[in-house]
Amino acid sequence: MSDRWRSLLEKICIPIGALVAALVLFGLFCALAGANPFGVYYSIYRAAFGSWSSFQNTLIQASPLMLSALCTALPARLGLVIIGNEGALVLGGLAAVAGGLTLGGWGLPTPGVQLGMALAGMLAGGIWIAIVGALRHYRAVNETISSLLMNYIAIALLNHMVNGPMKDPSSLNKPSTYPIPEMHMLGNLPGSRVHYGLVLGLVACGLAYFLIQRTTFGFAARTAGGNIRAARVAGLPVGKLTLAICFLGGACAGLAGMVEVAAVHGRANESLNANYGYGGVLVAFIARHNPIAASLVALLLGGILASGGILQRSHGLPDATVMVFQGLVFLSVLYSDSLYGRLPIFKARPARPASPPMATATPV
Amino acid sequence: MATEALGLWGVPLAIIAGTLRGSVPFLFVSLGECLTEKSGKINLGLEGTLLMGAMSAYAVSYLTGSPWLGVITAGIAGMFLGLIHGWLSQQPRVNDVAVGIAMIIFGSGLAFFLGKPFIQPSAPQLPTLSLAGWTQIPQLESALSISPLFILGVAIAPLMQWFFRSSRWGLLVRAVGDSPDAAKAMGISIFKVRMASIVAGSFLAGIGGASLSLFYPGSWSERISSGQGLMAVALVIFARWNPVQCLYASLLFGGAQAIGPAMQSVGIDAYYYLFNASPYILTLLIMVITCSPKRTLTGAPGSLGQAQE
Repeated sequence: MSDRWRSLLEKICIPIGALVAALVLFGLFCALAGANPFGVYYSIYRAAFGSWSSFQNTLIQASPLMLSALCTALPARLGLVIIGNEGALVLGGLAAVAGGLTLGGWGLPTPGVQLGMALAGMLAGGIWIAIVGALRHYRAVNETISSLLMNYIAIALLNHMVNGPMKDPSSLNKPSTYPIPEMHMLGNLPGSRVHYGLVLGLVACGLAYFLIQRTTFGFAARTAGGNIRAARVAGLPVGKLTLAICFLGGACAGLAGMVEVAAVHGRANESLNANYGYGGVLVAFIARHNPIAASLVALLLGGILASGGILQRSHGLPDATVMVFQGLVFLSVLYSDSLYGRLPIFKARPARPASPPMATATPV
Repeated sequence: MATEALGLWGVPLAIIAGTLRGSVPFLFVSLGECLTEKSGKINLGLEGTLLMGAMSAYAVSYLTGSPWLGVITAGIAGMFLGLIHGWLSQQPRVNDVAVGIAMIIFGSGLAFFLGKPFIQPSAPQLPTLSLAGWTQIPQLESALSISPLFILGVAIAPLMQWFFRSSRWGLLVRAVGDSPDAAKAMGISIFKVRMASIVAGSFLAGIGGASLSLFYPGSWSERISSGQGLMAVALVIFARWNPVQCLYASLLFGGAQAIGPAMQSVGIDAYYYLFNASPYILTLLIMVITCSPKRTLTGAPGSLGQAQE
């Protein structure tokens, strides 16, 4: 087995091992809570991937997760830990509604309105995270804390807008904005209930991978993420890179908000704040900030999220069970990071010495 | 409406009352975070610890009828989460910020899971101390009834300052936080000192959670914490890792939190949601003003945020 294969095998086996360990821990947790762990596993599997109908639910949940994961994964290449996904998503959704209503009011045809909504969402989310990047670069404000605070501010803005300036007076029980007209909504993929957000998510992950791995821009970002001082000495514009990467990441999360609004809810309200942001952080970390891996992990997590309802109905477990599971997966994946290069199976064998080993010459 | 008799004087009064009540969780969590960071590790997961503390305090107070037993349980529940954080964040190549994010999800998930049955019932609350024996105005009386936990927190702040400055153990914690290599050379176990600091800090954060569910707002629900555990991290930076300044900063943040409800109580509610965001905006502004790319902050532990070898 060559060293290259061994290292590839290590990269595949350790995350899978972490997931299996998390499943075992979760099973123990369910057993303590009085549910049959194997029944729970089976229910999750069935609700997530068991039939075409349930797999469609998984795909619907996965699309915003793919987009929102990029908000953490892209800046991570620069060494930034950004968790403002929720805020960028919420503002993206809000801006998309504002854009859609304005453009629709002008009588633009549907493709124009949809493009406008997407651009508005991306711009809002992008600027929101670019602020975090700017604070980091120019004021050395810790980006993790500032992006978290910005989440709360964004949610307050959403509440302010849907309860005040943008409120549809007919939405009594759940204050919401005016709805986007039915004809301007994002449609479904032919022959399914899955909306076009899935395509956007897959394309965004593919583009992000290409950008990071195959372009000079991505190379510059990875260099700066590896050693910022060396990057400065090499003359890389670290400030511009920071702002650009943060903008792109935020734009992806904003697009997730637009997808949620334009394909699922039809209007902006509290439901936008549905933890896809924090789910995206989790996806990015499990995928080790690789956009292609993120699209696969998003499918997995989307499946877990889709199974929340059935755990409640058939096992009597509260809806927070899914959150405990996510937490266990996250913790076990983080622990697995410390195992790289420490497990003997994956260690490169030392080059074989030319002379026969000493052991064969042991005196009797 | 309570403020009608007092007119616009009701606003500052409501803010003062809100400050005395709302600063308690900030105080405990920031003292806990201060202790943790002095040893060189960041614990972002105190948000989860706070929720876990709030839930376990409420549940135990409801089941046993003794709120003080609830407070102790909250601290112990915090220590349990602290053990996980302390162990995991000290593994090689594991980032303590990432562990903190994971602990937020895990801690709050666990709190919501176990706390589901306790959302409806009402648990016995902690007794309050009244400072308003001299007045007959009922609004003033209710405003000036403070929590014994507040007094406890006010007492802990200078004690912790003394601990860092003058005690042998405090010196150990500071040595590990400032120059782990030197501490190692002295034969101190970095792992043990950091573990003890994180666990003790989480104990305090758990008690902060108890003050949420057993004093103010005094109930248990999934929305009981509004990010106090996260803001504590910024608050400690603002307080320059000094426990007594953590006390002042907590009062400031408690006051900022009280602005929204106070404005609403006199009928100004057009910007209710935006006023509610004022603690977060304040935190962000403070960080923008106090941080600088050119120098490290005075008082910052030397090894804070550096990767473990």
